[in-house]
Order: sequence, then structure tokens, then C-alpha cells
Amino acid sequence: MSDFDDIARGLNFDGPNSYIGRSVTRPNARRLAQGRGQFVDDVMLARTAHVAYARSPHAHARIAAIDKTKASAMPGVIRIATGAEIALVCKPYVGVLTHLAGMRSPPQHPLAVDVARWQGEPVVAVVANTRAEAEDAAEAVDIEYEELPAALDAERALDPDAVVIHREFGSNLCFQRTVDTGGVEAAMAAAHVVVEDTLVFARHTGVTNEPRSILADYNRADETLTVYHSGQSPHMMQGIIASRLSLDEHRVRIVCRDVGGSFGIKIHTYGDEIAACALSLMLGRPVKFVADRLESFLADIHARDHRVRAKLGLDRDGNILALEIDDLTGIGPYSMFPRSSGVECNQVLNITGGPYKHKEYRAKGTVVFQNKNLMCQYRAVGHPIATAVAEHMVDQGAAALGIDPAEMRKRNLIPDDAYPYKSPSGMRFEALSHHQCLAKLLGIMDYEGLRREQAALRKQGVHRGIGLASFIEVTTPSPMFYGVGGARISATDGCTIKLDANGAVVAATGVTEQGQGTETIVAQIAATAVGVEMSCVKVMTGDTDKTPYGGGTWASRAAGIGGEAVLQAGLALKRNILEAGAVILKQRVEDLDIVDGKVVKKGSEQGMTLAELARICYYRGNELPVDFQPELVVTRHYRVKDYPFVFTNGIQGCSLEVDVDTGFVRLLKVWCVDDCGRVINPKLVDEQVRGGIVQGIGGALYEHCLYDDRGQLQNATMADYLVPMAAEMPDIVTAHVQTPTRTSVLGAKGAGEAGTGGAPAVVMNAVNDALRPLGAKVTSQPITPEAVLRALGKVR
Amino acid sequence: MSAPAAVPVEVLEIALTVNGERVTRSVPVRLNLADFLRNELQLTGTHVGCEHGVCGACTVRVDGEIARGCLMFAVQADGCRVDTIEGLSDSREIEELQSAFVLTNALQCGFCTPGVLMAAQALLRDEPSPSRERIREYLSGNYCRCTGYQAIVDAVEAVGKARASRRGSGGK
Repeated sequence: MSDFDDIARGLNFDGPNSYIGRSVTRPNARRLAQGRGQFVDDVMLARTAHVAYARSPHAHARIAAIDKTKASAMPGVIRIATGAEIALVCKPYVGVLTHLAGMRSPPQHPLAVDVARWQGEPVVAVVANTRAEAEDAAEAVDIEYEELPAALDAERALDPDAVVIHREFGSNLCFQRTVDTGGVEAAMAAAHVVVEDTLVFARHTGVTNEPRSILADYNRADETLTVYHSGQSPHMMQGIIASRLSLDEHRVRIVCRDVGGSFGIKIHTYGDEIAACALSLMLGRPVKFVADRLESFLADIHARDHRVRAKLGLDRDGNILALEIDDLTGIGPYSMFPRSSGVECNQVLNITGGPYKHKEYRAKGTVVFQNKNLMCQYRAVGHPIATAVAEHMVDQGAAALGIDPAEMRKRNLIPDDAYPYKSPSGMRFEALSHHQCLAKLLGIMDYEGLRREQAALRKQGVHRGIGLASFIEVTTPSPMFYGVGGARISATDGCTIKLDANGAVVAATGVTEQGQGTETIVAQIAATAVGVEMSCVKVMTGDTDKTPYGGGTWASRAAGIGGEAVLQAGLALKRNILEAGAVILKQRVEDLDIVDGKVVKKGSEQGMTLAELARICYYRGNELPVDFQPELVVTRHYRVKDYPFVFTNGIQGCSLEVDVDTGFVRLLKVWCVDDCGRVINPKLVDEQVRGGIVQGIGGALYEHCLYDDRGQLQNATMADYLVPMAAEMPDIVTAHVQTPTRTSVLGAKGAGEAGTGGAPAVVMNAVNDALRPLGAKVTSQPITPEAVLRALGKVR
Repeated sequence: MSAPAAVPVEVLEIALTVNGERVTRSVPVRLNLADFLRNELQLTGTHVGCEHGVCGACTVRVDGEIARGCLMFAVQADGCRVDTIEGLSDSREIEELQSAFVLTNALQCGFCTPGVLMAAQALLRDEPSPSRERIREYLSGNYCRCTGYQAIVDAVEAVGKARASRRGSGGK
């Protein structure tokens, strides 16, 4: 056991000087509240040119001819580039992961070359002095299209007569996988009850309030490319941009300052962004691209779009014997680079039914190409589908057997003492707390009281619904998520921490901030580890030149992975400070501690300030022994080693009212009990859960990218595409169970996606709870008023 | 020789007061107020989210009333008094609201926040102690993807109550 472990074991996270578990406010929030953030479009560089794109108006079309003559003569135009011209500068990319066996996707260019494969695909780039001039000229580019038949419906994508989007593949199949424990047939045959349903989850999208934005600044003198990017993963983007543009990676710098919402939207390779970088290279001046809202709807990744057939077999007592699912998902014409569009389906297969203790499971996933915008990972990847499918089926089973949904979960959730546990799909759970969470939830929502109220109101013709949804969440992934599949996406994150000459602590980390509070928890952990006040800590994120290599913030990894790196770096710095303190104070290291920014003899409050220690170390080295060199900068890295993912769990509850005349669903209240391990900042975790739930409610009730039968997106404005707004949203009550992970000293797991993962399930279950006595049920999302009335047989 | 076609006016001179400062500029007539504030005056706290008046991120105050910066042309603000988040921050007019937002974590990414604060201040000016339902209704023109709105409602409600209690105790 090393000294480091001794220090770690000696940590008292609950102690008076610990910031762990405290709802401190976010130091960077004040700046944002004053409108002094710095989003990409706020960065203004001299000689910046602006790019706009002519995009394909067709879902599928051959590009017969491009005539730039008229557009080139327009005011302010600097350069017009076709897909073929950009391809001379930028290598294509292929969005497949090798561990998703058999997955295929063709090379994709930033702009369409020869054939455009979705409405909105960028075709021609127009660079001008202002965005307005670029848009004017983009409209004047004469592009002759020959419209081709389109493959739109995922259900028919593999039909023998389907239009094959990539002829070289012979079909529209991107990826297929099955999971089978082998005994599903027998278990279903032996079951007392088998329930079956088909669930549909519509396409929706992220609608970040700040659109995707990039400002690329190529400097011909020193051959460096500086990219200001609204993104989540600066080091990943550094590698992508460098390799695509054939630049040395160390000459590409990615800067992510404030990011106006991301949710997985801004973690992919978008042609319009890569082309902006290529154009900066071609022009030797800064080029800015900021998507407008129409472009956001047409080209930001879409999400979900699943059709799942599900079958659940139960014994007489309601014990689940077997679950079977068949997931079909349409992903657009390419698998997105570099994370691939197969991960969501893969995740659905891995985690559907994951909270439950059944032994038999069979799942088939099919991912197909289609001529719609690309689909890829968005907040809670796969979880909303997996959770809604399983929770719907569990409720269907409970209803068939006349068992209360809460009792049904008590009987079937994996017991809290069963860990470590391996799920039928092969997922390894370190330690979960389903039953503790269920008990807590039933208490805080007064489940029995709600049921009594529901029954009383039902007599008055008021149709209340109560829903429950247990969930698991993939968080803090190891290299088994992407690295194993060949993607250059780091599962390791680092923290470089230093003691400045004035005694302040500066921590730079590879995880990033998009509003979650990453920088705040980094400061909390650093302050706690070193032993200083949080106000003495400065945090730096989002700059590949200034932070250690890392993955960034996604898959709920910032606290669990980034946080642990900060803790270990902070502890190492503390030890180095104490070694210097021991030399200066002529004490033994083990007798010293750092309390409130002072090196003190343990048990004493008097001591030497860190400012004084730093002064001596940096300026008065002459006072130190010749054989002692203080090291007041340290770096530590961390990756999850013991498990592929560190799963979390929790449960949501929902109370709502269905107006059976209008079909409107009114949300009354949502509850969530989440176990994300050690909670570093309860307020921030609660707000992640609340915001996540509302994002999930969006998918459950409102959001839908509506395509017509020619592949035209019909509602690509915020007036037509409904998102949750304040008036329709309920208050959300949160509570926690804490089961710290033993894969790290910090014990934190992720919390960013639990809300979004569970909300579609709990809302659908509550709606169906309200509709069940009327003999109706909904099985597709969004659950629009029309869908409710259709379920009730009131409209056809 | 035919008569020359009418030449559309493309640029106009405007004079307005922005955050208390007199400003004169020649602007393209098609330039909207939000882009004018951001690109001409570098007041980048006013954000552009949807450019069609739905998301509320560009909310500013024109002659005392909140307006969508993306739905007004800059030339329409000629002669007006325009206040932005920078002005309201510097004058400390919304300091209490800002503090409440920080305290309740009523912002995450912060992109919608300037517009939300503009709207919240307008609400509290007209209706000093609004109910939670009223706050939710009033702020329904401001899109926030991060928070789920509850913390925003908490913050506005808290400021309303604090102001009401000060009025109750003699306005101190």
C-alpha cells in the first residue's frame, strides 16, 4: 500500500473542510448571468470571413451540374467551393466501430460529391465578408439536381425492391446484432402470461439553444490551425480535424469556451464544420460558421427513431421469466463519424430490462440506412428506448396479472444484496440499489395516497395516471466504449494542478463544461484534496493547448473520470507541498497537514500559508537545502479499469392527468430517486436530473421531426417543432441514494443522463395508467393529443 | 431612354441610445436589431437562438418594453432607447435577480439566461409577486433546454417574494 493510498484513506469527505457533498454555487454562473459568456459567435477575429451553404433540397438526388458564375459576382463573395473542391483538402471519414461486428458505412465527404443523400446535406460552400452576403450568394449558386427515388421508411429499407442508397453494399443494412441467452423459447412456453407490444419512438433532435458554431483560424506563417468550437470533446476534435486536413495534430488547437447546450449534439463530425476548417486552410484567414435554426433542424444529428417489438413472459406470481425485443432503427444515409450510429441500438440491446432479475433474454437489433438526416448519439443514448420498452412491458404484465405496478417491481428488481451481478445481456453491475430507490420513491411521492386520490377522482370523471419507471444508466465508460472499436476518443482524463507563486491552486482538466457545473465540481474536489478554500482554485477546461489529454464531457463521465483525476492530482500536489513544508518547517511530513490554505502541524491551527510556502519555493530557493527541489506542479490521469462501464440506477415516478375529450396530457408532478454514487454537489446533480427529465418529456410528449413521403422535413422551425416550455412543465422532486463506486477513491458515478433516460418511460406508463380503465393504451411517442384520442377510438 | 428603376434604399443612418450611450450608425436596412447589437456594438450578451421570435434568447428592452431583437430591424430602433443585458448588469438593475439565478442554479449553459432575465425583470416590474403558475406562463416565450425551468421559477419567485416582503416592511 502506497503513501498515496494512505492519504486517500485518510480523506474525510464529510469533514468540515470538505467541499464534497456541498451545494456550492457555480463560480462561472455569475459571468453567464451578466451576458459575459464567450460563445463561439461572440469571438471576433480580424479578417473573419463567413461561410453559408447551399444545401440539397432533395432527399436523394444526383448533382448534375454546379454553376458558380452568378454567385461569384455577388457582393462580398470571397470563395465558392464545391464538394469536390473541399475533398481535395479534406479526407473523407467512415463512421464505423470495429467492435460492432459487421458494421459498415461508406466514406463521407464534408460536402456532397456527385450525389446528395438527405435534404439539408451541404453541397456548396460560399464564403463572403458577412454571413448575409454569403447567404445571398448561396441562393444564387445554380445547382442542377436530378432527383432520385429515396429510401425513407426504415421498415421497408431492407425490402428486396428498396432503393439501395449505397449500391456497393447491396442493401441498406448498416449493422445487425443479436443477444441470446438460449432459453427464451422454453421460458415463454412455460410462462403463465405472455404480453406483446410494438413500440415506436419518433425521431427528434437536440435543439441546443446555441446552434452549432465553429470559427477556424489557419495561420499560414506558423502552419497552425486554431479552432474555436462549440463542442464537448476538444481533444477528439483536434485529432479529427488534424487527420482529415493532413495537419500535424500538435499544430491544431481546439478551444471550447462557453457552450450553449450540447447534449451529445456537438460531439460529432459535421461536414459544414469540417468544411469551414478546410476553407480557413484554403484562404489563410479565419472562417466562421454558425448554423441557423433551419440548418440546425436539417443537419444537427437527429435521435431515436426506433421501432421495437417486445414480448415478456411471466409466471403466475408475476415473476419475469423472459424478455424478447426486436429493435429496428433508421440512421440516415451514413453512420456518423467517429462514434457511429450503431451505438444507440447496441445500447438498447445491452440495457433493456437491465433492472430486472430474469435470466432469459433475446434481443435483435437492426440498423438501416435511409435518406433522412443522420441519426446519432444524443443525451441518454439508447436509455429512453430501453427503459420505455421494459417499463411498458412490465406494466403490461402487471396489468394482465392484476398486480400493482409498485408490487410488480418489488418482486422483479434485482435484489440490493445480489451484487456484483451480471445481466442476461452480459452487463456487469458493480453495486446498484433498486429496492432502496423504489422504497424511497414510493415514500416521497406518497404512492398509496396518489392511488387513493386517483380512485376518488376517477368517480368524478377525472382521469389521473400514475407511472413508475426503474432504470439503469451507463456512466463513466472505460476504453471498452469507443477506444476498443478503433475510435480515437479518450476514455482517460487528466488533471494538471499547480500551486501558483501567490498560493492559489490552478487545475486544468480534459473534461469540459457545457453548463453541467464541471468546473465547479473540479474546484470543489481540488480544494478538498489540497486543503484550500474553493475561492483559491482556478479551473481551466476546453483548450487542447492548456489541458491534459482527455475525452471531454459525454456519457456522464466528467465527475466520475475527470473528478477522480482531479482528486488524485490534488492529493499528489498536497503531498509535494507537505514535503516542501516539512523541509522549510523542519518537521516530519507525516506530522503535517494542509488546513484552510495553511501548512499546519496536525492538530494545530497555526501554520505557514501556502502563499508563504510558494514564495520561498519560487523566489527563495537559496533558503532550501541543495538536495531538495520542490515540485509544485503535478499531473495525474485516471481511467476506469475494473468495469467496462460504471452503471448507476434509479427510479422515476409521475402523476399526470389525461383530458379524454381533447387528448391533452397535463403533467402534475415528477419524482426521481437517483443513485449516482457519491454526490459531489447535490444542487448540480438535482438540476442535471430535472433538466434531463424535461428533455425526456420533450421526446415523450412533443418532439418529432416530421418527414413527408418525399423526405422533406415538415417542421424545421421552432414554431412548428414543439419543445418543452415553462408553462407545460411540472415541478420535479428529487432524492438520492448514495452507493459510491469502489472503482475510484472519489466514488462518484455519472448523473447527466438519468433524467432523460427514464422520463419517456414514466410518462408513457402514467398515460397508460390513466387510459387503462378505458380500455385504451398508447405505444408510440410522442404521445400527442391526437395519439391519445386515437387510442381512445375518438379519432381515426 | 427609359426612366431609371427605383433604387431600393439599402443603408440608413440611425441614432439611438443603447444602455444609456448615444449611438449613431449607418446600417443595412435588413439588419435585425440583435445582429446590430452583437456585430456593430459588440454587445454579445444578446444571443441569437432561432431568428424567428420563438426562443427568446435575443430579448432586449426597447423604450422600456421587452422585444425580440431578431424580430425588429435595427432601423426600427432609430430614436429608441435600447437596453441589453450588459446595460442592466452595469446599472445593477437586475443584480438581485442575477444573484437569485446563481443561488438556485437557474442557469446551466447560460445561453438563454440574458433573455430570461430580461423577461423576468419585465414580469416583476408589472406584477411584483407572481405565482409560480404565472411565472411559468410569462416565461413561456423563453426556451431553456438545460434547466427544465424549475430553478428559474424558483429564482423569480424568490425575488418576487423578497421584494414583496421589503415593501411590506416599509420598502426598505
